[in-house]
Amino acid sequence: MATINFGYSINRPRLIDIDRNNLRKSDEILLEMPELQTCIGCGTCTASCTAGNLTDFNFRKVHTLVRRGEYAGAYEEMNKCMLCGKCRLLCPRGINTRGVVMLIKRKLGDF
Amino acid sequence: MKKRVAIIGGGVAGMQTALRLKRTGGIEPVIIEREEELGGKVRNWHVLFPTFTPAGEVLGALRSEVAAAGIEVLTGEEAEEFTDRSVKLRSERTIECDAVALCSGFTLFDATLKEEYGYGIYDNVYTSADLERMFSEGRVAMADGSAPRRIAFLHCVGSRDEKVCQRHCSKVCCITGVKQAIEMKRLFPTADVFNFYMDIRMFGPGYEELYREAQQRYNIHFVRGRISEASPMMDGRVQIKSEDTLTGRPLRMSVDMLVLLIGMRANDENGRFADKAGLTLAQSGFMQSRDLFLGNTESPRPGIFYAGAVTAPKSIGETLNEGFTAADRIAEYLGVK
Repeated sequence: MATINFGYSINRPRLIDIDRNNLRKSDEILLEMPELQTCIGCGTCTASCTAGNLTDFNFRKVHTLVRRGEYAGAYEEMNKCMLCGKCRLLCPRGINTRGVVMLIKRKLGDF
Repeated sequence: MKKRVAIIGGGVAGMQTALRLKRTGGIEPVIIEREEELGGKVRNWHVLFPTFTPAGEVLGALRSEVAAAGIEVLTGEEAEEFTDRSVKLRSERTIECDAVALCSGFTLFDATLKEEYGYGIYDNVYTSADLERMFSEGRVAMADGSAPRRIAFLHCVGSRDEKVCQRHCSKVCCITGVKQAIEMKRLFPTADVFNFYMDIRMFGPGYEELYREAQQRYNIHFVRGRISEASPMMDGRVQIKSEDTLTGRPLRMSVDMLVLLIGMRANDENGRFADKAGLTLAQSGFMQSRDLFLGNTESPRPGIFYAGAVTAPKSIGETLNEGFTAADRIAEYLGVK
């Protein structure tokens, strides 16, 4: 029997629930690259991003979500990075941003 | 005949001003302190940012210099009102003088006014001042005595907040939050520490370096967003809500301890002092200097001077410098070289 479509849907909650999120992968990432924690959210990486100029890829946002334990879609997002390395040249905190992309892809390949 | 200068407030600003005045040889300072001992707010602090220097070291040095210099100190005496030539005490006594230095500092923000954070209502919500007391007592624990595993610090409590009539930035809470977060991490290395901030203002030497160390070496998490509310949980812990503004999503978590980094607000008596002596207040309620560049330690009235946090929130180092500046201006005013 076909379900009647009333035009309603259920939104997934947008809340980041730190109590429910499993921070193990995030901790592993930060243990391997503690410099990522020094991000001050300036957005220079995103402003200079080659991929970000053509797609909705936002490196700052994705790595911040990963640090909060929000892994869904992070791997696919990081695949948009072309590894050109401009962000690494510009980061005022000296974070190896390209290394972060590779690390997140390695750690979160199965999410 | 030696000149006499009344110094209202025996904290670090008052002591430093008095010491410099005394050294001129021609001025006899008298410190009026409301508490039973000298030291002011620094008495309640454990270690000082950014070097983790024990507060007692700074206070001890100043107190013993004051004692060695033979400076007259009136403790347990509160100034009621003053002019440039006299200070009337609450005890009805009047101190005649040739100039006045107002070094009465600030008042800590009363965190119970931010009722949404539950300070004084539920357990495990503390202020930065409470935490300093616990550090001093050598016992930091949750209300039930157990060790905290997750701690949140909230910046800007009673600062930059029109809802509690405190529009100004208290300046030192950012670095205090970083310092205390590191201290907690040192005490509880396996605990997770989160700092919720609006802006991080690292204005002093070594502060930014300490912030970076907190992030990189101590793995302290900084989340940009003001906690909107805290609520008690069944087990006595505290649930907090905020926006993680860097990802644009609401965030919720439970913590074992919530520490509110309370700001500096102007003393209530500033208004009374200003009325009686013909002085002016800044919009923040702190005393207004004659000029922010060339007359920072002077009031608009000749013979009345300021040093320290009575004019605006300041660090201890800045306050100590102002003590010297104010004393030099007073000596100049009195014609003592």
